[in-house]
Amino acid sequence: MTKDTETNNQTNQSQYAVEMKGIVKRFPSVVANDHVDFNVKKGEIHALVGENGAGKTTLMNQLYGLYTPDEGSIHINGEKVSFKGPKDAIDKGIGMVHQHFMLVDNQTIAENVVLGSEPKSFSMFFNRAKSKSLVKELSDKYKLLVDVDANIEDISVGMQQRVEILKILYRGADILIFDEPTAVLTPQETDELFEVLGLLQKQGKTIIFITHKLNEVMSITQRVTVMRLGKVTGSVNTSETNPKELAEMMVGREVLLRVEKEPAKPKEKVLEVDNLKVRDNRNLLTVKGISLDVRKGEILGIAGVAGNGQSELIEAITGLRKAEAGKIKLSGEDLTDASPLEVRLKGLNHIPEDRLRRGLITDYPVFYNMILGKHESKPFSEEGFLNHDAIKKYAKNLTEKFDVRPNNPETLVGTLSGGNQQKVIVARELDNQPRKPKVAVISQPTRGLDIGAIEFIHKTIISMRDEGIGILLVSMELDEIFSLSHRIIVMYEGEIMGEVTPDRISREEIGLMMAGHKKAEVLPESGDNNE
Amino acid sequence: MNKNKLYPFLVPLVSVLIALAIASIVIILIGKNPIYAYRVMVVGAFGGAEQLANTIVKMTPLVLTGLAVGFGFRAGIFNIGAEGQMAMGALIGSMIAMNVGFLPPFLSIPLALIFGMLAGAIWASIAGFLKAFTGAHEVISTIMLNWIAANIAIFMVSGPLAIGSGTPKSPEISESSKLPIILKVKATEMSIAIFIAVMVAIVIYILLEKSTLGYELKGVGFNPYAAEYGGINIKKSIILTMAISGALAGMAGIIDILGVPPHRFVGELTGGRGFDGITIALIGRNHPIGIIFAALLIASLRTGSNAMQITAQIPNDIVMIIQGIVIFLVAAERIVATLLRYRKRRGEVI
Repeated sequence: MTKDTETNNQTNQSQYAVEMKGIVKRFPSVVANDHVDFNVKKGEIHALVGENGAGKTTLMNQLYGLYTPDEGSIHINGEKVSFKGPKDAIDKGIGMVHQHFMLVDNQTIAENVVLGSEPKSFSMFFNRAKSKSLVKELSDKYKLLVDVDANIEDISVGMQQRVEILKILYRGADILIFDEPTAVLTPQETDELFEVLGLLQKQGKTIIFITHKLNEVMSITQRVTVMRLGKVTGSVNTSETNPKELAEMMVGREVLLRVEKEPAKPKEKVLEVDNLKVRDNRNLLTVKGISLDVRKGEILGIAGVAGNGQSELIEAITGLRKAEAGKIKLSGEDLTDASPLEVRLKGLNHIPEDRLRRGLITDYPVFYNMILGKHESKPFSEEGFLNHDAIKKYAKNLTEKFDVRPNNPETLVGTLSGGNQQKVIVARELDNQPRKPKVAVISQPTRGLDIGAIEFIHKTIISMRDEGIGILLVSMELDEIFSLSHRIIVMYEGEIMGEVTPDRISREEIGLMMAGHKKAEVLPESGDNNE
Repeated sequence: MNKNKLYPFLVPLVSVLIALAIASIVIILIGKNPIYAYRVMVVGAFGGAEQLANTIVKMTPLVLTGLAVGFGFRAGIFNIGAEGQMAMGALIGSMIAMNVGFLPPFLSIPLALIFGMLAGAIWASIAGFLKAFTGAHEVISTIMLNWIAANIAIFMVSGPLAIGSGTPKSPEISESSKLPIILKVKATEMSIAIFIAVMVAIVIYILLEKSTLGYELKGVGFNPYAAEYGGINIKKSIILTMAISGALAGMAGIIDILGVPPHRFVGELTGGRGFDGITIALIGRNHPIGIIFAALLIASLRTGSNAMQITAQIPNDIVMIIQGIVIFLVAAERIVATLLRYRKRRGEVI
C-alpha cells in the first residue's frame, strides 16, 4: 500500500514498532538478506511469509540479536539500536517464541516462566511463592490461563506454548515474534492461540507472525510482508490481498493451492493390519489394537495430533519395531515382525517422518542416499560390489526428475536444504526402480517444506496413487490429509476414533475426533454409513 | 574437483611441516641446530639400505594397526583395543607357527596368518557382541580386553609356552613359517611382510569404497537409524566391523613374529603399536592409502630419532613432540583448514 511509504517519509517514526532498513546479511555461500526493508506498525499483527530459505528466520534472528546485520539499520520505536545479543533485544522489549519450545520438562510452569530472572529472597535464594504469584498475576492480566503448579511434562503442547508466551511477557516484551507457532497445534489449539494473539493485540502488543500457512495469514493478520530469495517481494494490507496472490509472491510463479486429482479408483486390498498392538521406547502400549486396510490406488490418511501412536504404528508396519500382538499382511503375505529389508523386498516403501534421523545418511552424497535400501539390488550392486556408474546415472536421473538442487549427485546430503533433502527421500521411495512398490507408507511428507515443494510432492503422491499403488499417509497437517486422502482415520491415544471421508466432515469435526471424541459422538446422525 | 581430491593430503602435510617448525624452536632452545638435527634424522631413516629396511620393518605392523583402527573409525566404532587384539593374534598365530614345521611354507605361513587374524577377530568380537546386544561402549570393553589379553600373554610366555631362562619367551617358530627375506643388511632383515601389509590396505580400500558391505558398514557408522531403515542389520554390522578391525590388529601381531627376528612370542611384544594405530589412523584420515603414508611417517620418525639421539645428541623425545603436534593439528583440522582457506582467499583476491 502506498500509504506506508508516505508515512515512512514523514519522519513520524514512532508509528512503527520495528523498522529494519536496507538489511544485508551474507553467509559464506549465500546472501540471506539482500537489502531488506521490513516495517511493523505498533499494535498490529504482521505476518512474515516466504518459502524455506527465503531469509525470514535470518531476518528475525537479527531483530532478536542473534546475528548482526552486515549492512542496514534496525530501529525500535523510532530509536536506532544495535544488538550484541538476545539480551539487548530483550531489554528493548522484543521476545521470541521459537518453534521448538525451550522448557524444562520436570519443572513447574511458574518455575519455567521465571527461569533466568527469578525473584530472590535475601538476593540469594529462589523465592518460589513470589514467582508463583507473579506468574499468576501475569496469566490473569493477559488471560493466558495456566495452572502455575503443573509440571511441563504433564501439560499439552498448546499449554506449553502459552508458557513460552508467558516467559517473554514476564521479561517485559512488547514486540512478540512467533516462529511458525501453529505447526505443532491441533485445529482447536490453533483457534485458542489466535484468541490469545487477539487479546495480546488489544493490550497493545505488536506481533510478528512467521508462517507458511496462508489461511492463517488471512484470518488474523492486518499486514503481510512476503520474502523470496532473500528479498522482500512486497508488503501489503491483508484485507487487500488473497492467498493466491500471496502464494505467487512467495514462489514467483502461479501455484495450485488445491491438489488437482481425479477421484481415486480403489481396487483390491493390498495392506491389511489386524488388531495391531505396539509398545513404544518406554515400553508403554501406544498402539492399542489398530485395524486398517489400504487398497490399491487409494490414499488412506491417518489424522491425529503427534504422539498418539502414529509413529509406532508406522514403525511396526515397516519392520522397524516389533509388534506386541496382531497381524500385518501385504498382498495376503504375512509381514508381522519381518525385518525392514524383508518388508522392502516385498514391495513396501517408506517415507519416514524424521528425514534426518531415519531417512538420510547426511554424510553420504546424494547418489549413495538415492540407493539406501536398494543397494543390494541389481543394477546398483552385483556380487557384493557397488556399480558406481549405474548408481550415479540413476541418481542423476532422479535429481533431474525431482528437481533436487543443486542438481549434482556428488553433493553431501547434509548440505542440502530441508526441502531438497525431502525430495531425495521422496524420489527414492516413490520410484519404480529396482522394483515397483505395492504400498508406500508416507509420513509427514511435507513437514517444513515450502509451497513449491509441497505442490510438487503432492502431485507425485497422487500420480503414484493413479499408478495403482496403495498409500498410507500420516500427517499432522490436516489440510494435507484432507486434500490427498480418499478415506481418513483419526487416531487418538493409540486407538481409532473413526473412519471418515474428507467430503463428509468438517475440519472442526475432525479436530474433535483428534481430541479424543469418537465418531459417533461427533457425527451422531451419520451412524454407521461410512461404507 | 582436483582441489578437493588433493585437500585430504594437504592437511596432514601442512600439519607435519608446522610440527617440524615448532619442534625446531625447541631444538634451538636446547642449543642445537635444527637443520642439522633434521638432516641426521632423514639420513637415519632413509640414508641407506639398512636404514630404509629398518624403517620399513618398523612400519609394517603400524600399517596394519592403523588400518584396524581406521577401519573401525570409518564404520563408527572406536576400537581402542588393537593392542590386545594384536597380542592375541601374535600368541595364537605363533602357537600355530611353532607347530606346523612339517608343512611347506606356502601352507604354514597362510595358516599362521589366518589363525592370528582369527584370534584378533574373535577377541575384538567380544566387544562387538557386548556393544550390539547390551549397548556396552566399545572403548570401555576393548580397554578391559587389552588388560586381559596382556595378562594372558604374560602367563603364556612365563608358563605353558616358556622356554629357556632370562626374559620370558616362547620357542622359536618353525623355519617353514618364517616369511621370505628380500633384503638383509647386517642384523636387519626385511621380509615380504610390507607387501602383504600394502596388499591388505588395498583390499580394505576396495572393501570400504567399492563393496556393498563397505557401504553398509560406513552407513551404520554415520547414522545407524537411517541404516536400519535402509534394511541394514545393525547388530551384524557392529560385530562384523569389530571382527574385521580385530583381524587386522591380529595380523599386525603375527606378521611381526613371522617376519622379524627373533621369531618368538615374548608376551609384551606390542610396545604400544596398537595404540600407535590410533595416531596413524588419525594422520591418515582413516583412508587406507593415507594410513600407509602415516605409518611410514611415524616409523621414519622413530628410526630417524634414534640416529638423531646418537649422532646429534638430541634426545629422541623431540619426536614425541613432533608426533604430538601433528596429531593435535590433524585432530583440530579446522585450524589448518582455516589457515589454508585464508591463504587461498588472499590468493584469489590478489
